[in-house]
Order: sequence, then structure tokens, then C-alpha cells
Amino acid sequence: MYEFTYHRPGSIADAVKLLAGDPDARPMSGGMTLIPTLKQRLARPTSVVDLSGIAELKGITVSGGTVKIGGMTTHAAVATSAEVQKAIPALAKLAAHIGDNQVRNRGTIGGSVANHDPAADYPGALLGLGATVHTDKRTIAADDFFTGMFSTALNPGEIVTAVSFPVPEKAAYAKFPNPASRYAMVGVFVAKGPSGVRVAVTGAGADGAFRHKAMEEALATKWSASALEGITTPQDTLNGDIHASKEYRAHLIGVMARRALAAAG
Amino acid sequence: MGFEGIGASVKRREDLRFLSGRGNYTDDINRPGQLHAVIVRSPHPHARITAIDTAAARAAPGVAAVFVGEDMAAENIGGLPCGWQVKNKDGSPMAEPPHPVLAIGKVRHVGDPVAVVIAETKAQARDAAELVSVTYEELKGAPTLEAALKPGAPAVHDDVPGNVCYDWHLGDKDATDAAFAGAHKVARLELVNNRLIPNAMEPRAAVGEYDTMSGEYTLYTTSQNPHVIRLLMGAFVLHIPEHKLRVVAPDVGGGFGSKIYHYAEEAIVTWASAKVKRPVKWTAERTESFMSDAHGRDHVTVAEMAMDANGKFLGLRVRTLANMGAYLSTFAPCVPTYLYATLLAGTYTTPAIYAEVKAVFTNSVPVDAYRGAGRPEATFLLERLVDQCAIEMGLDRVEIRKRNFIPSSAFPYQTPVALQYDSGDYGATLEACLKAADWAGFEARRAEAKARGKLRGIGISTYLEACGIAPSAVVGSLGARAGLYEVANIRVNPTGSITVFTGTHSHGQGHETTFAQLMADKFGIPMDQIEIVHGDTARIPFGMGTYGSRSLAVGGSAMVKAADKIIAKGKKIAAHLLEADAADIEFKDGRFQVAGTDRAKALAEISLTAYVPHNYPIEELEPGLEETAFYDPKNFTFPGGCHIAEVEIDPDTGVTHVVNFTAVDDVGRVINPMIVEGQIQGGVAQGIGQALLETCVYDEDGQLISGSMMDYTMPRADDLPNISVGTAITLCTHNPLGVKGCGEVGAIGSPPAVIGAVVDALKDHGVRHIDMPATPQKVWGIINANRPRMAAE
Repeated sequence: MYEFTYHRPGSIADAVKLLAGDPDARPMSGGMTLIPTLKQRLARPTSVVDLSGIAELKGITVSGGTVKIGGMTTHAAVATSAEVQKAIPALAKLAAHIGDNQVRNRGTIGGSVANHDPAADYPGALLGLGATVHTDKRTIAADDFFTGMFSTALNPGEIVTAVSFPVPEKAAYAKFPNPASRYAMVGVFVAKGPSGVRVAVTGAGADGAFRHKAMEEALATKWSASALEGITTPQDTLNGDIHASKEYRAHLIGVMARRALAAAG
Repeated sequence: MGFEGIGASVKRREDLRFLSGRGNYTDDINRPGQLHAVIVRSPHPHARITAIDTAAARAAPGVAAVFVGEDMAAENIGGLPCGWQVKNKDGSPMAEPPHPVLAIGKVRHVGDPVAVVIAETKAQARDAAELVSVTYEELKGAPTLEAALKPGAPAVHDDVPGNVCYDWHLGDKDATDAAFAGAHKVARLELVNNRLIPNAMEPRAAVGEYDTMSGEYTLYTTSQNPHVIRLLMGAFVLHIPEHKLRVVAPDVGGGFGSKIYHYAEEAIVTWASAKVKRPVKWTAERTESFMSDAHGRDHVTVAEMAMDANGKFLGLRVRTLANMGAYLSTFAPCVPTYLYATLLAGTYTTPAIYAEVKAVFTNSVPVDAYRGAGRPEATFLLERLVDQCAIEMGLDRVEIRKRNFIPSSAFPYQTPVALQYDSGDYGATLEACLKAADWAGFEARRAEAKARGKLRGIGISTYLEACGIAPSAVVGSLGARAGLYEVANIRVNPTGSITVFTGTHSHGQGHETTFAQLMADKFGIPMDQIEIVHGDTARIPFGMGTYGSRSLAVGGSAMVKAADKIIAKGKKIAAHLLEADAADIEFKDGRFQVAGTDRAKALAEISLTAYVPHNYPIEELEPGLEETAFYDPKNFTFPGGCHIAEVEIDPDTGVTHVVNFTAVDDVGRVINPMIVEGQIQGGVAQGIGQALLETCVYDEDGQLISGSMMDYTMPRADDLPNISVGTAITLCTHNPLGVKGCGEVGAIGSPPAVIGAVVDALKDHGVRHIDMPATPQKVWGIINANRPRMAAE
């Protein structure tokens, strides 16, 4: 770890000010990616702006068919929230299977979506549910938010303040974890609701999470696993590594989609 | 005392400190004035070093010194020695290229140490390490056996043609060829034994300290054998006389073989501590462990078995390529030879065996012994080959094993590959395991799984291994440059408590408990009156350490021998006090008693008399009650047994779960059943890891792809089933305890059972063998490529 200056502002305004004043400052939510990166000396920020002291970034509210989760809400908080479990059980379940206990109690939804690790779980839920990302400056539709691997529509210094999810009629997430890291090697989120029929894939795409249009069209016609028969996934936009070739990932997308659909009912 | 003695499942005494964070590991040791070392390592698999500029690093804040290979060469520092010489078929010695502590001229694997930066803090040393500028001329790398043996392959060492370290053989070629000429059928198998990265929970660490007044050096290190390190480093590398060098291996958090060897960092911190006249500490980062701890396995083998019309094995022919990595690690040459080919008879009566092994240098981390060391490789190939034999003959896998077992009446049994087994009953362990695993009821479970959409398979391994290494003269004749006896010193203190100094080393095995139980049993006193001391060359006699499941068989035998000396002397003292003849004194339950009378003296009374010899036979007997015994084993010990694995495969994803695992092992006499069960379960966990999860991957240039936990799949709790452990023992006939060893049987016996189960589950998919690890991707690939033929169509 290189030396850096540590800030822990108490408000969004103060955080934004600190980040605006220093182009080499980095915001930190749970730090579950940033801290290992710092320890391996792969990043050299001049300062780290820790968002954990900002009360207004934490919390979950459910009203009017929307679940709104503050950016600094931990995975454990989402997983154990009775309101989330009732409104969008698939989302609570997804959060309950991110990383391990330690990660779930440190890692946050805002950090996860802002980082857009191609193997993260939350991007699948955001795309699958047609969520909206709230920042200190604007709101961004999930469809416009994820722009590539480790890349989002966020501007430098812009902070994810919350994510709001429309409550679906049916939804489920099925994940095939990487055997070594336990990150999503393929994760498929299916949902039917106010945002239409959606199928989002995480873990597999070379550009990060993406929507599976062919599956969406088929399921929009008929919400049934049988509708997915014969639908394949083009391999050219998928990741391949020692654990899973593009071909295997393409196959697993089909398997996980069927399993998610079965779970969604 | 019975409940604490031999056979009692006493809870491990050491666990309280381990589990409550109060262990004393090498990284916990901080010496006054200590500096911190960071090693600059090669990022290239193979390159010439054209220049190293350390000026900026030396000028960096807090830096005390920066050293490179030339600095050590200038002081005539030797290379890291190899402790075992194997000879080629023609009798010439193996190629033994130099292994400089810090690279000189060339780097040969990613992670090869190039320079050391020593600074006031670790952060400063890290900062400065980034300022060491090494200019490399990159060379083409050959990280794998295939790449290193290709015509025109890059030379890992300029003076080793074809990268061949040795080309060795064992057995009777003519007799084996004759067996094949007369065979009814031949089974053939090509297989890979996958390369593993050990990953002990505690990374390696070392602290070197030099006393400018006495001229004494102390090295604290994560070692399984501190005296071996003292000998190798003192005599061959740093030229420090042994009386001026102390090596301490305190609590060590797992070794599995990887902490047997003398590593560069130990020599670096010890040497540097005298240069900078302050203690120097180095602790590996996990990433460094991946690229600098000796790896394990890595064989490619072709094996053939000749059979008669009844499926009796007539002859076995084996050709193996073994990856040595870039340099010879301390005991690397013996692993694919004397710890491998000598095991190829297994539990079977195969009369003719011929094995050829070619060891090859590659641009990869050195490979050496890893839990099982050679024996898992031999067992995997033999047990997988026996399954092929069953297929060839149309026989059941159990039946073909029974037909070929060495009968229990045949011991001692001389194999055609040098070893003579002393005892065993392979039919007994097989039958007990078949029963415990409900082998007979398997087809019903297969059908039930099929109804759930799962492919269920069962696999079996009836393995044997050799441990308790080893008779010194035997291993000496085979090229070992060390003796492999063990030593114990027993000090009965004046008030009757006992301190035992052992040459073995505990790094997770529970010696502090097992040995104390053994001594409690022997002396008839409570365990809390007994202390077991190990791991410090300043305290213990010259012992050889712990590996090869030898501690109880060899170290425990030395303890028994020393205890017998104590008891013999005690009888003489008791005879004097009780005015009886020493021949009439019996020692039982901690008391020396005149036979047939109630006249007796407790051990504590005898010891007090020995140290306060007022009324004492001083003319015939020295005062004091302390004895040392060295024990050189007469033979190896031969644990064996049966492992049965049951797996379920999800055909949609290729995911394999081990759903049942049953082991029935013959480990000889058991001192602590709970510890034995734990050792076997831990070994099986590693065996399942090798079979389904773990593999080291280099890319074609020699970059380590599986260089972290993100890509190297260590087994986790949810990857493992409940592992049922049973024993069906025969006693070792040549050591006083009848013990055989249990540390490695799990890792040796289990992989072929697991792979056998996977293959059985996929039997309708046209496969006879799957190389390890059977990852989801690999299994799905097989299912996808080989759709089952529909029965009755």
C-alpha cells in the first residue's frame, strides 16, 4: 500500500467537495475491491474518501412499488431486510450469496455497481429489474449505467447515492460461482414486471453485465422454460478463462436462465 | 492413566493456543533492532540479467542495504544444495546445475529471487524494492514438460542438454517384456498427475540474527526440520560452523512438505543479518508463496499392465516424465524415483515391473515432495490402471483387485521393485470399507439419483504406501545425502516430571499430545507431567524432522528406546533403595516394585534420588536420570487400505459433488484415534482437492496464471463431504510400537477413488479415464461431446 490521505466526510456535499478538489482522490464504499487493490500497489490515489460516515447514504425504503436502497447499504443489510425479502425476495437472496460473511458485512450496493466488476452479482439485478441509479447529480437508468467492464456512466467524483428497484411480479437469480473465487462465473437474473420481461447476465460478458434480448423476446411471448429451448448465446462477446471457456459460459447462461425461471415460478 | 495413554482420544493440548491466537509463529517473532527484507523477484519466466541498478533503492528512505547475487558470490556464498543424487540408467550422476541464492546472470522462473532490499520498515523496503532497476533480455520460456522436451527447446540451464536432469529406471526390463509377450490382454493408460501448489495456511517467514559478540547466528524459520536447515545452510551455503548457528522452527502453521526444503530467503536473512549487524525479517506475501514455495506432483505417464486369462497381473510397464521446475529443490530428485517407482507393486502380486522416469528442467517453480510425495502419483496411476484392467477383462473392479491382492499369509512380501512389505491385510480393509460404504447397495442409490437428474458414480482405491522414512543405509545406497534415523532425549526432572526433546517437528500434527500420551503410557504418570519440546537446534539433539509420515514410527520409536533406558536405570536405583536385585524390579504404573512384594518406589522418588544421590550406588551408576536414544528404522512402514468415493454429477453444468467418502485404513497401532481421524480427513480433503479442484496453470510463455486464490481452487468446507474414517490394523513388525503412520494416507489413497467415481458416473458417455482435476468445465465438455448411446435402441 502506498501512502495516501484518508478522509471520512459526514455528508454527501463534503464528499463531493473532497473528490472534486483532487482528481487523484478515490471514493471508498465498502472497500472490498479498493483495499486489495491498494494492498497490491495496483492503485496509487492521493487520498481515499471513505463514505462510511455519511448517514444519508444508508438505509432501505419501500414505497409505491419501489425498493430504494442507499448506496452505502451493506449486502448483509439487504439480505436480512424483511422489507426487501417481502418485496423482491430475489434481490435479498442475491445479496445473501455475495462473497462471504465478511464481504457481505463490509461491501455495499453503491460500491458494487460503481465498480462494475464483470463478475459482480448486483449489476445483474439492476439490469434484470430495470433499476434506476441515483447519484449526487442525477438519475441514470440501469440500461444506460453499465458501459463496459469496470466502466460505468458515472463521471469522476460522482457518487452513487441510492439504487431504486421497481417491485416485479416475478423474479429470480441463478448463479454459477467460479470454483476458485466464488464470484459469479455466470449469473442470470430473470424478471417480469413493470419494466417488462427482462433477462440479465452477469459474470459472462466481456463488457460486463448485459441483457439477453433473444431470451427476453422468447419469455415475453411465453413465460416458461420451454420458451428458452433452442436459444443460444453468441460467444464472441463472452469471457473465456481457465475456469470456463466462452463455449462453456454460453452453455451455462442457458442452464442458469432455466433455473432462474424455475425459481421465479 | 488408561484414558490418557495409548488408544485414548485425548483432545489436542496445542489447540488452545492455536485456536485462540496465542501461537508463536515465526512472523510473531520480533527481535530488537529488527530490519525488514523484501525480495525483488523475476517477472519473467526466462531471461538474462544484463544489468541491475540498485543506486536509487539504496538511497531511498530507511534503506539499510540492497544485495544482489554478485554480492553473495563475491563472498563465496554457495548455491542451495540438493540432498539427493539420482543416477542415470548408465550409472552417471544426474545433472545438478547451480542454484544461486540470488540469481546470477539468468532468471529461470517467475518469482526467481534477484535482489533483496533491507529497510527499517516493511513499507520502506517495498517502496525501495520498486526502485531496483533490473534490465532483462527476455528469452523464450519452457514451463511445461512438453515445451521443455521439444526439439530446439530453450535451455533452462545452458549446460544441461535437452533439459534432462536424469533418465532413470527401476526393475527388470527383460522379465517385464517377457510378461507382456505372453499376455492374454494388456490394459494401457496415459495420464497426467496435475501440478499442485501447497498453500500452507501460514506463509513462509524467516528472521536472521547475528550476535556480533559471540559470532553466533540464529535463524527463526518456518521449517519442518530445523537441523536439516542448519546442516545444509551452514555447511553448503553460508559456511557457518554448526556450533555457531542455531535454527529455531517455532509454531509452524502447516507444511505438507513445502517447508522441508532449504529456501533462498533463509540464507538471505541469515547472511544479511551479519552484513547489516541487525536482525532481518522476511515474511512471504501469499502471492510470493504461490511463486516460491516448492510445488508438487506434475507427471505425465504412460502405463501398461499385462494380464493372463484370469485377470492376474503379469507385468507392469511405466514411463514417466517428471517436472523438476527450474532448479533442484532439496529432495526433488527422489520424489519421482525412489518414492514413486518403488510403490508400483501396490497391494498386488505383479511379478515383473519396469519403470522409466525422465526428470526435466522447466521454467517453473521447483517441484518437490508434497503430502504423499511420489506415492500419490504411483497410487493414482496404479489404481486407475487396475480399473482399466477390469474394463479390459470384463471383470468387476473389486473382483480384479481381490484376484491380485498379496495374500495376508505372504508377509513379509518382497516386491519386484525393491521394497519388502512387513505386514498388511488388504482383504480385511477392503471388506470393511465395502461394508461401511454399502458398496452392494450402490445401484439403488444410482437409480435414485438418476430420478433426480443426477449422474451418480462410485470409485474404489485399494492403495498401499511406504512411509516412516527410512533405514539410513538403504536411502544412502539410493542417493540420499542424509541419514534418516530419529532421536529423542528424555529428561526426568528431579521431582519426577518429564521433558522430552524430540528431533521430529510438529506443524499441525498434534505431536505435543500424541507423544505425551505415549510417554504417559510408558511412564505411568499423567500427561500434564510431560512436556514435549521440538523445533530448536539449541535444545533438541540432532534430529531429521517431520515428513513422510515418520514422526511416530521413527521419532516415537526413538522415544520408546530412550524411555526403556530410563526405566532400566531406574530399576538399578530402585534395587539399591529397596535392597533387592535389579532383575527382580518391575516397573508398572509409575512405580518400581520388587516382584511379588508391596515394596515399591515411585518414579519421582527414584528421580529425586538420582539428582540428590546421598544414598546411591555411586560406584556403579552415574547420578541423574536423562537418556538419549537414536533409532534407525529397520525398514519402511507400509500403511494401506481402501478408500471408496461416491459422487454425483449435475449433467447440465458438469459440477461434481463428492457425496460420500469412506476410508478404512491400516495405519498400524493407533495412539490417538481422534488425531488419526483428523489426519486422514485432512489428507482426503487434499486428495479431493487434487482430484476435483486444484491445478497449477502456466501459460505457454511461463507466466503463472493460477497465481492467487482467485484462480487456484483450494478446497473449502462446502466442497467436502463427511469423511468416514475407520481402521482395520495389522501391526508393523519391526518397530517397538507397531505403528505405521497416518499423515499421508488420505492424500495418497483418495484421488483415484474420486476419479474412479467420476468415470463410473459417466460410464455411458464413452470415457474410461479423466485427468485431474475433474472440473465442471472438463466434465461438462465430456458430457457434451459424448452424448450417451440410448440403451435398447
